[in-house]
Amino acid sequence: MRRSQRVSTSFGFLGVGLFCLVFADLSVSTLDPWQEMARMARGLVTPDFLAVDRLGEALLQTLAFALVGVALAVVAGFGLALVFHVRVVRWGCAFVRAIHELFWALLFLQMLGLTALTGILAIALPYAGIFAKVYSEILEEAGPRAANTLPAGSGTVSAFFFARLPDAFVHLKSYTFYRVECGLRSSAVLGFVGLPTLGFYLESAFKQGHYSEVSALLFLFYVIIATLRLWMRPRLVPVYLLIAPFVLAGGAEISLDNIARFFTHDIVPYPLRSAEVLDISAWTAFGTWTWELLADQALPGIVATLVLTQIALVGSGVLTLVFFPLVSRRFLGPVGRTAGHAFLVVVRSTPEYILAYVLLQFWGPSMLPAIVALSLHNGAIIGHLVGRFSDELALRPDHPRGLNLYAYEVVPRVYGQFLAFLFYRWEVILRETAILGILGIQTLGFYVDSAISEIRLDRAMFLIVITALLNIAVDGLSRAIRARLRLATTPEIQ
Amino acid sequence: MPIFDLKDANAGYNGRAVLSNVSLRIEKGERVALVGRSGAGKSTLLALLYSQRRRGSALIPQDPGLVRTLSVFHNIFMGRLHMNGAWYNLLNLARPMRGEIEKIEPIVARLGLEDEMFTPAGELSGGQRQRTAVGRALYQQGDVVLGDEPVSAVDGHQARLVLDAIAEAHETVVLAMHDVELALAYTDRIVGLNGGRVVMDEPSAGLTRGDLDSLYER
Repeated sequence: MRRSQRVSTSFGFLGVGLFCLVFADLSVSTLDPWQEMARMARGLVTPDFLAVDRLGEALLQTLAFALVGVALAVVAGFGLALVFHVRVVRWGCAFVRAIHELFWALLFLQMLGLTALTGILAIALPYAGIFAKVYSEILEEAGPRAANTLPAGSGTVSAFFFARLPDAFVHLKSYTFYRVECGLRSSAVLGFVGLPTLGFYLESAFKQGHYSEVSALLFLFYVIIATLRLWMRPRLVPVYLLIAPFVLAGGAEISLDNIARFFTHDIVPYPLRSAEVLDISAWTAFGTWTWELLADQALPGIVATLVLTQIALVGSGVLTLVFFPLVSRRFLGPVGRTAGHAFLVVVRSTPEYILAYVLLQFWGPSMLPAIVALSLHNGAIIGHLVGRFSDELALRPDHPRGLNLYAYEVVPRVYGQFLAFLFYRWEVILRETAILGILGIQTLGFYVDSAISEIRLDRAMFLIVITALLNIAVDGLSRAIRARLRLATTPEIQ
Repeated sequence: MPIFDLKDANAGYNGRAVLSNVSLRIEKGERVALVGRSGAGKSTLLALLYSQRRRGSALIPQDPGLVRTLSVFHNIFMGRLHMNGAWYNLLNLARPMRGEIEKIEPIVARLGLEDEMFTPAGELSGGQRQRTAVGRALYQQGDVVLGDEPVSAVDGHQARLVLDAIAEAHETVVLAMHDVELALAYTDRIVGLNGGRVVMDEPSAGLTRGDLDSLYER
């Protein structure tokens, strides 16, 4: 029997995922997870909105950091998109977006202290890299047809504004809008490293066992995201951007000495810090330093990160196939679909970091909470997209129903799109997996976080660069697979 | 000095030859129809001609190459982007200028698009789009026009009006056409293509429909 390439690739990934399960630590180490979960559930149904001042502050800061960060990234990203054909720009953007915003936040915290600028840059920098890439692709996709018919000598500026920008504009707008939602999630998560956003309040409420406050925070966060379309109006954006900088809170002052020391001392590998350039013994020590760091931390970190990523990728795929019928017109009536949408909105609006954090409180630090959190979050995102795609299918009038419809008519037709979305998220899942190490799962983020708490920034920097390179490698692999399977290289997100 | 002069030209996509050993001379002022089955190489030949002489040539591609979110007015105005400075073009993009509207109004009226002047091109019917693309070429006033089936989606009577307008605005005309009668009526030279070769090159006068039938045989 000859299988299609798409099917055999899927089985290949499924096999790798199952094989990785053998090496994954899936233990539950808490003594009585059920009791804690019951208390959390009780808190969920009794949200405490009375802690208004704390709630308001948390949400206001989350919004302000997201808006200012994304706005800066839009401006920078658009500028970079125009020169994206320059190789240095492409590489630079690939590098900054390969590093998760939490890692950027950890680095900027060392450089700039707990200031507003730390939070803004942690969002703006990776997002600028993402915008540059996606904007340039959208502008590219607007196609050369209109531009080709322009009379010779029309001029670059006129050609851009007449033949490129207008048709691309609506796509640029909707992608930017989608990124604002991501920015809100990123901003919320920055609280976990000390910035005054949602995550900060969430963590402290959790630690004190105030589950009613946890649920109130989460509930309001969902409301903000669910109503995004209502308040995020193009006309209101300038108003928000004028107000936001005054809202942003930052404790410390920025010290130029700190910044200088960060670059000239802190991140320079320890053996080289006070050495002369030609000092052979320093370079030997540097070799040992690099080797030990690679063998003791980077390598185990990479293995754990990849193991977790592959399991979570398969988990996301399986859950996508379960979730998408919940929002598809092909399978459910309006009532069922509304419930399905509500469920998926909640699951995908919760940042995977927060989801993992919550599950980790129940089950203790193993790969289990991370796998479940990543699979749920990504399954909900891709399930939503595949569900919408399945609504567009033209089926014959006498199509079968139920499971036959699912297996014979719908899944085969959406499968290409499904794989495209899944491979597109692969790199995102990897980046997220690395960062979950901060929670105590021994992926690369774990070693980065330990290095930072030991104030060994040279090691942290080295490991972050390794993480970025791993990300770029997986992104390249994913691109190659998508090209080989002839899947759309950039599926329309939204 | 001929406007176009191809000698034994070859062209293809992805290693598959579409045109082989095509020789074609077109003098100033000629009106030429390229006829032949679909896949005979008409569009490729037009693209080849256009690449030889971009300056001064107006192009009407088969896919009309419109910007869907811009109005008919702006799409037609794009025919003269090269004649204005960038700032002028941007101002006119933000707010159509009186003077430009006055210049484009007669073209729009002649093409029967007066009610659609400020409709986004994406909301037009196929025939309206095609006429908008013709409008852009008319406004450009190149001395040569290269059109790929410029009236294929326009109905009979209007097709004649559109072809009249094209013939008036441009000195040299090269059109790929599948409607043999229109080709005979509006051009003075028929170039027949089959399988990527020129198999016929004769004055229109004296040719009949039947003479062209052989082009459509395999």
